Amino acid sequence: MNDYTKYLAGRVTAGGLSRREFMGRAMAAGVTLTLADKLFTESAMAAEPKRGGHLKLGLEGGAATDSKDPAKFLSQVMFCIGRCWGDMLVESHPLTGAAVPSLAESWEPSKDAATWTFKIRKGVKFHNGKELTIDDVVATLKRHTDAKSESGALGVVKSIKEIKADGDNLVLTLTEGNADLPLLLTDYHLVIQPNGGYDDPLASIGTGPYKQVSFEPGVRATFERNKDDWRTDRGFVDSIEIICMNDATARIAALSSGQVHYINRVDPKTVDLLKRAPNVEILATAGRGHYVFIMHCDKAPFDNNDLRLALKYAMDRETMVKKILGGYGKVGNDFPINSTYALFPEGIEQRKYDPDKAAFHYKKSGHSGSVLLRTSEVAFPGAVDAAVLYQESCKKAGINIEVKREPGDGYWTNVWNVQPFSTSYWGGRPTQDQMYSTAYLSTADWNDTRFKRPDFDKLLLQARSELDEAKRKELYRAMAMMVRDEGGVILPMFNDFVNASTKQVKGYVHDIGNDMSNGYVATRVWLDA
Amino acid sequence: MSNLPPGTVLPGLRFKQRFPLLSLIIERCVLSIILLFAVSVLIFGGLEALPGDFATTYLGQSATPQAVANIREELGLNRPVVTRYVEWLGNAVKGDFGTSWASKNSVGEQIGKRLGNSLFLAGFAALISVPLAVSLGMLAVHYRNRMPDKIINVISLAAISLPEFFIGYLLIMFFSVKFGIATFPATVFDGMGFVDRLKAIALPTATLVLVVLAHMMRMTRAAILSVMSSAYMETAELKGLSAFRAIVKHAAPNALAPIINVIALNLAYLIVGVVVVEVVFVYPGMGQYMVDAVTVRDMPVVQACGLIFAAVYIFLNMTADILAIVANPRLRHPR
Repeated sequence: MNDYTKYLAGRVTAGGLSRREFMGRAMAAGVTLTLADKLFTESAMAAEPKRGGHLKLGLEGGAATDSKDPAKFLSQVMFCIGRCWGDMLVESHPLTGAAVPSLAESWEPSKDAATWTFKIRKGVKFHNGKELTIDDVVATLKRHTDAKSESGALGVVKSIKEIKADGDNLVLTLTEGNADLPLLLTDYHLVIQPNGGYDDPLASIGTGPYKQVSFEPGVRATFERNKDDWRTDRGFVDSIEIICMNDATARIAALSSGQVHYINRVDPKTVDLLKRAPNVEILATAGRGHYVFIMHCDKAPFDNNDLRLALKYAMDRETMVKKILGGYGKVGNDFPINSTYALFPEGIEQRKYDPDKAAFHYKKSGHSGSVLLRTSEVAFPGAVDAAVLYQESCKKAGINIEVKREPGDGYWTNVWNVQPFSTSYWGGRPTQDQMYSTAYLSTADWNDTRFKRPDFDKLLLQARSELDEAKRKELYRAMAMMVRDEGGVILPMFNDFVNASTKQVKGYVHDIGNDMSNGYVATRVWLDA
Repeated sequence: MSNLPPGTVLPGLRFKQRFPLLSLIIERCVLSIILLFAVSVLIFGGLEALPGDFATTYLGQSATPQAVANIREELGLNRPVVTRYVEWLGNAVKGDFGTSWASKNSVGEQIGKRLGNSLFLAGFAALISVPLAVSLGMLAVHYRNRMPDKIINVISLAAISLPEFFIGYLLIMFFSVKFGIATFPATVFDGMGFVDRLKAIALPTATLVLVVLAHMMRMTRAAILSVMSSAYMETAELKGLSAFRAIVKHAAPNALAPIINVIALNLAYLIVGVVVVEVVFVYPGMGQYMVDAVTVRDMPVVQACGLIFAAVYIFLNMTADILAIVANPRLRHPR
């Protein structure tokens, strides 16, 4: 970092420089985008937070059907609400994605990474005054791993074979080694509740920085500060109000008229209009979510790797990012991992739009006639436009794509994971292992590309229990190459999380983990009068 | 009937002839209940026919086959349709709508709140729009084909031609974003003061008034105008009544039936058809509740909402019919 960048960072810490200004100047001074982003976040985090005030969030993604039971958290709003009142055992570092302590103070794996010992923090109190004990932790994990559980985390924690207390320590035994276990425990469903939530799963009692005051599903939730919070580096505002606003225009109107301080899901199509509002700040964070075109590797004509390669080369990624994401995203490289993951395999050549290569592979595949692509507006925002755009770029390579628009209702049941070629969306996962295990392992339930390769599975399992990071990185690289060159996924882009706030909101952390500062937005920001 | 000796009353007709109005009302009520039954079958059948079931839709992409099976088992989705229908109807008749599959909250309790909100908004919109529409209609008749009539017509037609979300956005843009004088969003919640509630619903109420005004106003105008051309209105005019008095005393009562009908229709719309307005203004009413439930196939909620919506429509239509009969004695004796 040179002196000028240091000076800029100091201005940010003092609160005198907006993100946009900082990024512009730092990049003009020769700092890369990623580094500038990181510097800004670090500097903003170093700023002295102010306490007090009433924070209002207008969020998309709540419904009257939302359940207060953490096991059944599904919507964006519940994700954010859970982070307000509850804590998990482990958190992920907002900038590196590494596991950092939360209710678990420290942890130790066995040599084969199959047995893990977690030291549970002492002196932490639940909102009802009861002290957190090892029994609560054990009960929570048991409730979520029960085969009868309806927990959204069931898939994540199913490899946990045995949960037991060893004095004050938690001991987890896995069915196989997993070096990423701490990161799996950051899952937002795994809120530690008194007696694991067996008594009253809907009580919303946890150890988090805010106590829930009121909750109406799909309407509104309010919180007050937990004065006995065990941490001092969070929970700056006195009270929080979360209002469900599922209409994009309503969110924008509420933000620009100052009725709320923060909104999520800003449509890339309208972001330029919103930028013009004088008191508004656009908060774009690089994310792991990606938009995909999925081909079933085991169904004709997609069982031919040349055809798959042809379709991959015929994808104009740059244009996709520009037109569909409004520039708020990064190009993909046909494997589901980007640089926000720890152990990202660097140096893999970026696949580019190449009509000649596409035509070459298309010819080699021996396929003729049109290729049917099914899509729907619900697959991802702008999916239909993206399909038509793709149709155009394929035309130049002599490939005829027939776009079929399916009804949004029932798309996930009738089209996705059923039809051989369709558009879809994947949210990110905390680890590479989890991303691959969910969608690319031969036996995975959601292997939506029907990518079934024993050699790939072997690498995945090997990497899972490997504690040596350098070796793991090698393995992940080999896996990425396999998916990229032989898999059934065309991955044109990773979308940024685009949110917006008023300029009063300070200390926003661009967390690479997930949207809305990994759900922690309300507990991390403060209000500047 | 004319072949019978005078004074003979057929046994079956006795009640009907003695209390023609009462028997008509009872007939309508019974018909309404039968209709409601038919609707309940349609609602249940329609939901069964929707693609995808609750377990898969609710869990979405994060569903594992195990979790899906668990949910199906717990909710008894594996049992036959008829069993489930009979059970549901039996409970619904007793006023028990069960618990939401998704949130595990009592449906009755949630609907109580939501329906209350919907009625509050609809009530206010009706309170303003109905008298306004009727008096504007009469005013238009009074000044027919002159300036005031034309102005009223053009403005109300313009309002009805714009989609309701657009009117909503315009109001938000001007009164909330530009001038900052109106409250937005219109979220109401438990423990909110009455005055705050009124402030919150100002914009959605204004939107609804603009949306339903034209329909009722024009019907009033047309109905009164058609009466105005009848002979007895000429008489009224000839005997020297003032134009206004003639409209209010002689024309309006005879034009009541169609006016009542259009008002009832618009009231029903205000309660069950305002989901777009609810979404735009972030207002927690019934429409929004039902849409959320449909998205995840939360059957108990959808069924309860559907049944209540149907009941509102049927009840208002029945009331309109009865009122029309009361207002027009000729309708009591069907020819």
